Amino acid sequence: MPEPVSPMPAPSPAAPLQEGQLIDGFRLEARLHQGGMANLWSVTRQDPVPGEEFRLMMKVPRIKGGEDPATIVGFEVEQMLMPVLKGPHVPRFVARGDWTRQAYIVMERIEGVSLRPKLDEAPLPLEEVVDIGIRVATALQDLHRQHVVHLDIKPSNIMFRPDGRAVLVDFGLSRHDHLPDLLEEEFSLPMGTGPYMSPEQVQFVRNDTRSDLFALGVMLYHLATGERPFGQPSSVRGLRRRLYVEPVPPRAIDAELPPWFQEIVLHCLEVKPERRYQSAAQLLLDLQSPASVALTRRSEKTHASSSLKTLKRWFFALGAEPATPARPSEQLDRSPIIMAAIDTENATPALLEQLREHVRRVVQAETGARLACVSVMKTARLGMDELTDSQGQSLHVKQLIALKSWARPISRALNLDDGRLTFHVLEAPDAASAIIEFASRNGIDHIVMGARGASALRRYLGSVSSQVLAESDCTVTVVRER
Amino acid sequence: MKLALISDLHANRQAVSAVLDHAQAQGVDNYALLGDFVGYGGDPAWVLDRVMDLVSDGAVAVMGNHDSAVARGPLPGMREEARAVAEWTRGQLSPAQLAFLAKLPMSVEQGELLFVHANAYDPAGYEYIQGRLEAIRSLHATKARYTFCGHMHEPMLFHLSGTGKAGEFTPQAGMEIPLLSNRQWLVIPGSCGQPRDGNPAACYAIFDTDQGLLNFQRVPYDVDAAAASIRAAGLSERLAERLVQGE
Repeated sequence: MPEPVSPMPAPSPAAPLQEGQLIDGFRLEARLHQGGMANLWSVTRQDPVPGEEFRLMMKVPRIKGGEDPATIVGFEVEQMLMPVLKGPHVPRFVARGDWTRQAYIVMERIEGVSLRPKLDEAPLPLEEVVDIGIRVATALQDLHRQHVVHLDIKPSNIMFRPDGRAVLVDFGLSRHDHLPDLLEEEFSLPMGTGPYMSPEQVQFVRNDTRSDLFALGVMLYHLATGERPFGQPSSVRGLRRRLYVEPVPPRAIDAELPPWFQEIVLHCLEVKPERRYQSAAQLLLDLQSPASVALTRRSEKTHASSSLKTLKRWFFALGAEPATPARPSEQLDRSPIIMAAIDTENATPALLEQLREHVRRVVQAETGARLACVSVMKTARLGMDELTDSQGQSLHVKQLIALKSWARPISRALNLDDGRLTFHVLEAPDAASAIIEFASRNGIDHIVMGARGASALRRYLGSVSSQVLAESDCTVTVVRER
Repeated sequence: MKLALISDLHANRQAVSAVLDHAQAQGVDNYALLGDFVGYGGDPAWVLDRVMDLVSDGAVAVMGNHDSAVARGPLPGMREEARAVAEWTRGQLSPAQLAFLAKLPMSVEQGELLFVHANAYDPAGYEYIQGRLEAIRSLHATKARYTFCGHMHEPMLFHLSGTGKAGEFTPQAGMEIPLLSNRQWLVIPGSCGQPRDGNPAACYAIFDTDQGLLNFQRVPYDVDAAAASIRAAGLSERLAERLVQGE
């Protein structure tokens, strides 16, 4: 048997990079940032590539000589993940450099600053916090759909495009469900950033999309109250406290914060992932519809649990094993948002009944499903010229009542009163456009709606369902009256 | 260069033919055939003809334990079922085919690539890479950055970092995996002719040597015809049944 040879040698520190230097056709222009793990350089191409109309940045790992696994493996992870990420919520990948010569990643340079400076301004106005939450949740939903958990969501890793869309950066701790996890065996300490790390990350779970929702909850809490819900622990013991010590409810810090906001934040910060929002889209739905947030006991909390309760939670947290999470793609598949678009005014009782039965079956199929019941209240095209405000208000309430009454049998059959069922009356001149827009904005997975019968109405107005079917980018089921 | 990695063909004409068609459609430039061309299946002569054609066109081929058993007599410890097939197979092959099998190399090294049927630490001992421990042992035994093995019928990917930490990964078909040059990799494409991970579709993988990209593949093929061929040859019913089940 041959003698074992040593594994691949760790790369030795390269000569320091200089302005003007050429690496694989990229010219180093200026150093933008010197970080602990990597340096960032603005670069240009020696030979510009047609169509590449964005600025470029090169990220170069800082190898501090000898073996530096944290830097090396984190950079390898990023080199592995970035080329497969797509869409507006990540920097566009351009090139990666081989480790045998000079390791680097060239990517789109996102202009502007990260969310980090905003932390120093906290507490921020509620509208601004919610707006940030909406944009980050939208980005997370897109990332999770690509089978990736970020695992280091925090203000310094969030940037914004000029159009306002959030861009997630730094994938050094991330995990792609269909690629090897290079970090899995590498370290004996939990990986993440202390204040933001989810309880399961503290327990070495690295493939739960709901970990990112916990981190976003920490961010929202901090931005709204100016305080960190779990402090800034530096030891594993300190990190483990979040397994049993509840954060002070946001409203105990600032009584002006509304109960729905506390409901959302504490929902994100649940210790057990299965008690959190099951997907970023489900969180997004609540952030965009505060009036529809189902308030539970979370919204009423005025202080963290008593010391006796904390002691009990501490006891059960001892040696607690995290539940095995579903793979990221499965977790999203199991947690769809179903939208029931119901025309309570015009649909026949028979069609309403069939719709109810169909929606019940679709929601029942997945334990993590949420149901958003939507109806559209027609408004005139030019503002509220005919309806007075008070008339409009009473019509709105009337539709809401009708919608709740329609959904009641489903809610009772499937026990949806734990916040998984919400109601939305949209006011719009055109029902189809309102439904399509709501679905797209809230990351709806599946629309269930009725088809108008062969009525005069359809001949005059055309079919709402066929327009939704043609223009919506999610699955649509059209139920036709038998 | 796009290299198709095909292992454990096991005289399965239908699977080999489907995989070669698939690889061609993917635009592969060359083939690495990782051993066990015969044994278990009902069409050893047809499969060996294809293997010999590919080798004369520049493909790499290494010796598997079943190939050795047919060419040189059964190895100690070989199960009765496999022995019986080896015996039958010998009668199906021409002298030229038997000579081809007998002359197969145990391993082939091309720059950073090592091709070997079972493992790098004792190729002729045919120990299985059952998990991380054997994978580390094999990766320690070679300087090659990429090792390509067969023998295990389930697709697997192992890697060893510069700091000596090993990881294992069960791949998904159709996902491009960059095998970064900062670590060593051990690739098991899975069996073409007798998959055992519960999915009867044939396994193979494509490695892009320029970009370091690995892509595991699954190719459905006419399993019933392959099972019928085993039955027609009078071989064990269990061998036919396990193709259908993929176990």
